[in-house]
Amino acid sequence: MTAITQTGFLFLRVMRNLMRQPIWIVFMLVQPMFWLLLYSQLFRRITDLPGFGTHSYIDYLTPGIAIMTAFFSGSWAGMGTIEDLDRGVVERFLTTPARRSAIVSARIVQSGVVATIQALIVLLVGLALGATNGGAPGWIVILLASGLIGAGFAGFSNGVALLTRREESMIAVANFISLPLLFFSSILIAKSLIPSWMRSLSLVNPVEWSVRAARGQVLPHTDWGAIGVYLVLLALFTLGTGAFATWSFRSYQRTL
Amino acid sequence: MDAIVVDGLEKTYGKDVRALDGMSFAVPEGQVFGLLGPNGAGKSTTVRILVTLTRPDAGAATVVGHDVAREPTAVRRAIGYVPQASGVDREATGRENLLLQGHLQGMRSADAEQRADELLELFALSEKRDALVRTYSGGQKRRLDVATGLMHRPQVLFLDEPTTGLDPEARAAMWEELSRLAAAEKLTILLTTHYLEEADRLAERVAIVSRGQVVAEGSPDALKRELRGEAVTVELAAAADGKAPAIVESLPGILEVLVDGRRLHARVEHGAQAVPTILSALDAEGVHVAAVTVSRPSLDDVYLHYTGRDFRSDDEAGGS
Repeated sequence: MTAITQTGFLFLRVMRNLMRQPIWIVFMLVQPMFWLLLYSQLFRRITDLPGFGTHSYIDYLTPGIAIMTAFFSGSWAGMGTIEDLDRGVVERFLTTPARRSAIVSARIVQSGVVATIQALIVLLVGLALGATNGGAPGWIVILLASGLIGAGFAGFSNGVALLTRREESMIAVANFISLPLLFFSSILIAKSLIPSWMRSLSLVNPVEWSVRAARGQVLPHTDWGAIGVYLVLLALFTLGTGAFATWSFRSYQRTL
Repeated sequence: MDAIVVDGLEKTYGKDVRALDGMSFAVPEGQVFGLLGPNGAGKSTTVRILVTLTRPDAGAATVVGHDVAREPTAVRRAIGYVPQASGVDREATGRENLLLQGHLQGMRSADAEQRADELLELFALSEKRDALVRTYSGGQKRRLDVATGLMHRPQVLFLDEPTTGLDPEARAAMWEELSRLAAAEKLTILLTTHYLEEADRLAERVAIVSRGQVVAEGSPDALKRELRGEAVTVELAAAADGKAPAIVESLPGILEVLVDGRRLHARVEHGAQAVPTILSALDAEGVHVAAVTVSRPSLDDVYLHYTGRDFRSDDEAGGS
């Protein structure tokens, strides 16, 4: 049996378990909703400054919050793996012919799908507030970028989970990375208003790649070439963190 | 042919926790084989190496002819593993757990579904088939663990402490089911246990394990037969001071004397004759006795005989 079939069965398992408690999908949306509903009001007049490319801050903010939700959600993905480790589920899988990469991939694909669903909910709320997000092409790019960034951070998160195998360490890492990655990006503010040293650093931030892709069609002067480059970078990022998670799996097995 | 061959396995955790120290044994096809020993003796480590979870530092092992280190996938296809700590998904139903296991083992859907229903029936779980595992009782959960291990009709089943944590009633029921299973399916079973009674009851052959090695091997009856005579256990009022064993040893009809804390274990030709002799000899020297029991040799005595230590105190010392 191929790794893809195995990934499919394991993916169905985690999705089914999640759908039994869909509250978690909603739970992860609480914080983003505060940003979308309150922050957008608080800083409504920020678009009086130049560089946003629109006079409606909600137009500017909605794709950013979709990405933020996706990457926050992805960075917590390792929690499920720690639970599986604690309950011996991972060990049981390891005594079947299932491949390590399939066990990891199932979690990463799940996070990508969940992040896409969450981003869709954010876009719908944004739409209610008046953000059209560039119509169908815009929505598709935003959802794609959200899915990729969610999956990418899920790979990283699962790798950390397999290396530390402790919920506390997992929580510490997820909390530690989330705000710096948020602030070294143009999620909240126009990139021309970011101090130049922060802007330079933001270029190596995968969150920034996904925001730039997501806003590409929403703002004027759409550059499909740039959107394509960012999406490719995100796909490479996801592959890279997936490889990291698989490598972490090997390191975890050596401790058994 | 031997279904399992273990040859000189060694494993050290960290710097100085020596879990296995030259573990060797073989299990012929179709046999129920018990690894008996206290906690920390190396039973679980041995099983974990055989099911390809852990790599040994030295030594080799094969399962149905496949080397566990070099052909792990072939081994995984051939085995079912029921770990000490369950491993089923609590947030899924019993049936879903079984089907996933079957699919990961490469079974076709129709076959998997039929086999799952058959096992749910066999382990009296049909009523709970579509209930989430977290609603199962301890005994039901353990039966599902075993069913999961059997899902793809493995050639060898590994049961790590199958009844630990079960109440006496559920344990008896599990023993019933395992005996039935061993008779019905053509299956080699390796089970680890720290219950002497369990090994006695289920295993055709037993290896007694102590400190990472096999110290004795044979059928439970043969092991007990080797210990001629009867066992007299004398519990002293105060710790044995070296005088008491010497006194007992010098008496006629005494085959062997072993001391373990306040307990003095004597193997004798005839229990009924030995007890009054022992008691009066001890009394004459001013050694106070708290209790005396006479019994046929049990695996307990076999363990004591081969390790020089009492099973219970070793078990407590081993912890876990």
